[in-house]
Amino acid sequence: MKHAVEFDRVCRSYGAVNAVDHVSLAIREGEFFSMLGPSGSGKTTCLRLIAGFELPTSGRVLIDGVDASRLAPFERNVNTVFQDYALFPTMNVLENVAYPLMIKGVAKRERYARAEEALAMVALDGFGSRKPGQLSGGQRQRVALARAIVGRPRVLLLDEPLGALDLKLREQMQGELKALQRQLGITFVFVTHDQSEALSMSDRVAVFAKGRIEQVDTPQALYSQPASRFVADFVGTSNVVDGELAERLTGRKGAFAIRPERIRLGRFDGAISVRGVVREVAFLGPVNRVEVEVAGQRLWAQLPSYALQMPEVGTEVELAWEGDAAHWLLEAA
Amino acid sequence: MSSMAIPHSTTAAHKSLARRVSALLYRRSTLALLLLLTPPLLWFGVVYLGSLLTLIAQSFYTFDDFTMQVTPEWTLANYRALLDAANLDIVLRTVSMALAVSAMSALLAFPLAYYMARYAKGSEKAFFYVAVMLPMWASYLVKVYAWTVLLAKGGISWWLIEKLGLTPAYEWMLTLPGIGGSTLSTSNFGRFWVFVYTWLPFMILPIQAALERIPDNLLAASSDLGARPWQTFVHIVLPMAVPGVVAGSIFTFSLTLGDYIIPQLIGPSGFYIGNMVYSMQGSIGNMPMAAAFTVVPIVLIGVYLTLAKRTGAFDAL
Repeated sequence: MKHAVEFDRVCRSYGAVNAVDHVSLAIREGEFFSMLGPSGSGKTTCLRLIAGFELPTSGRVLIDGVDASRLAPFERNVNTVFQDYALFPTMNVLENVAYPLMIKGVAKRERYARAEEALAMVALDGFGSRKPGQLSGGQRQRVALARAIVGRPRVLLLDEPLGALDLKLREQMQGELKALQRQLGITFVFVTHDQSEALSMSDRVAVFAKGRIEQVDTPQALYSQPASRFVADFVGTSNVVDGELAERLTGRKGAFAIRPERIRLGRFDGAISVRGVVREVAFLGPVNRVEVEVAGQRLWAQLPSYALQMPEVGTEVELAWEGDAAHWLLEAA
Repeated sequence: MSSMAIPHSTTAAHKSLARRVSALLYRRSTLALLLLLTPPLLWFGVVYLGSLLTLIAQSFYTFDDFTMQVTPEWTLANYRALLDAANLDIVLRTVSMALAVSAMSALLAFPLAYYMARYAKGSEKAFFYVAVMLPMWASYLVKVYAWTVLLAKGGISWWLIEKLGLTPAYEWMLTLPGIGGSTLSTSNFGRFWVFVYTWLPFMILPIQAALERIPDNLLAASSDLGARPWQTFVHIVLPMAVPGVVAGSIFTFSLTLGDYIIPQLIGPSGFYIGNMVYSMQGSIGNMPMAAAFTVVPIVLIGVYLTLAKRTGAFDAL
């Protein structure tokens, strides 16, 4: 099967620092693929390696099955939506969007028609004659998007494009991006440090840490079967139980992750249960978060706030979860 | 340190007064602004605009050729005199030199400014700043006199051209009408050369500042969207550098228009606007005519700025 983008043992180092460390990766055609990780994890460098702004120190980057490792950005059929939009201030919106077509030598009438069409796709028809400086952040974002898709690239790269928008607008844009991707059928590679954004939009997510990929999987699998402690912690919140407590509860050595929403108060049949002391209770709206200390480890439980009377801090409670709620982690040790 | 200490009570009193003033200025921010702005506004209003308006008014005064007296009677005679063949000749000579100097300065300054703005870092950048401004630390007169020697027949330029085997080309150039002369130091080309040398820093620095303001990711975006480096240069870098080029050319243009030393020391005979103003007010005492000549550069710069604005050169500012 041909992949839209493929990384073959790619390294990118700056002096002694390995920003990207032996990353191998295959992004499928037409996929909405996210690269998720904290800042400095190498996700943006990977995006820039696809765009051609960075060249690999070793390894190969393939685009459409062809080795693109040494190609300049203008020789690659991929376009980028930049974090701060990077609109050209000397041009109006229409000229910005028509820019890639002008570079390709498309006739004036046709390129403006196609630019108008792209603007309509991002619901900005009629804004063509404005200058980027006269637009709001959300509108600039849409212009950057229209400019990046007008030439129908094979792959669209999005570098934290929603980072600068406020929450409501961000949620709206998430839906629109997903719809646009379905409509165009272009492969989207989306870089973000926001795990909820990655989970809600993506077909698959690669979780980055320290220049390496921790796990590549569907959002559901990432959430329910995190491969490592890092993924369990970074994607959603998780309790990681290890050491003596893990062995006492399950009779097995190692570490397992359990999601806070799978933990309940009380004792019931077929469940693993454990006693602990309540250390903190926080009201979060739909849920309450309860922190319980069990044998020197802290466990978070997330309990619906409508149902129960919350336990008092300092009292002893019983926590329980079903056996299949726990997920064993692959630990390097 | 202890011997220098101010008695405690004085410090406290001092502090409280200073604090009261600070608090007052903080509460009444208009008062603070007024205090800050009054001196420069007075300076600007009286010294700049006042003298400029006086100058323009003077250009409409009457000069009596017979008594050599200036009388405050309004007349357009000075401006009519500007259109006399001899005077018009001076204006055209000055303006064409100023245009040529500005164009050449921009051409020479651009690559250097580009390197300074986009590639030079740290101490290398500091070196370029110093190197560009160092010539301005030396007296302008000394430099121009030095050039008369450098360009003279048998001078260093002559020697260099000979060593490079360019003597035939050099001699051919000196025969060209309007450019040549008997030697470099009495040719229009020599004058042009020294003008460019003298005003080049005034072109480099504004272009450098304009280029420095271009965010890297605009260039990245352009190449990402398929533009080759020369296309990025033409479509993104140049338009954004225009305000810098315009600012620099205002310097080179108006400095050339107003100069009277270089035309006097280097190049063929024939007055420039600056020489004309100098002799009109200095030896003849015809202030109104001198003022009328001075208005020419002001009007030209005004027209130039209007045209530049109309092409959208300042839209991105």
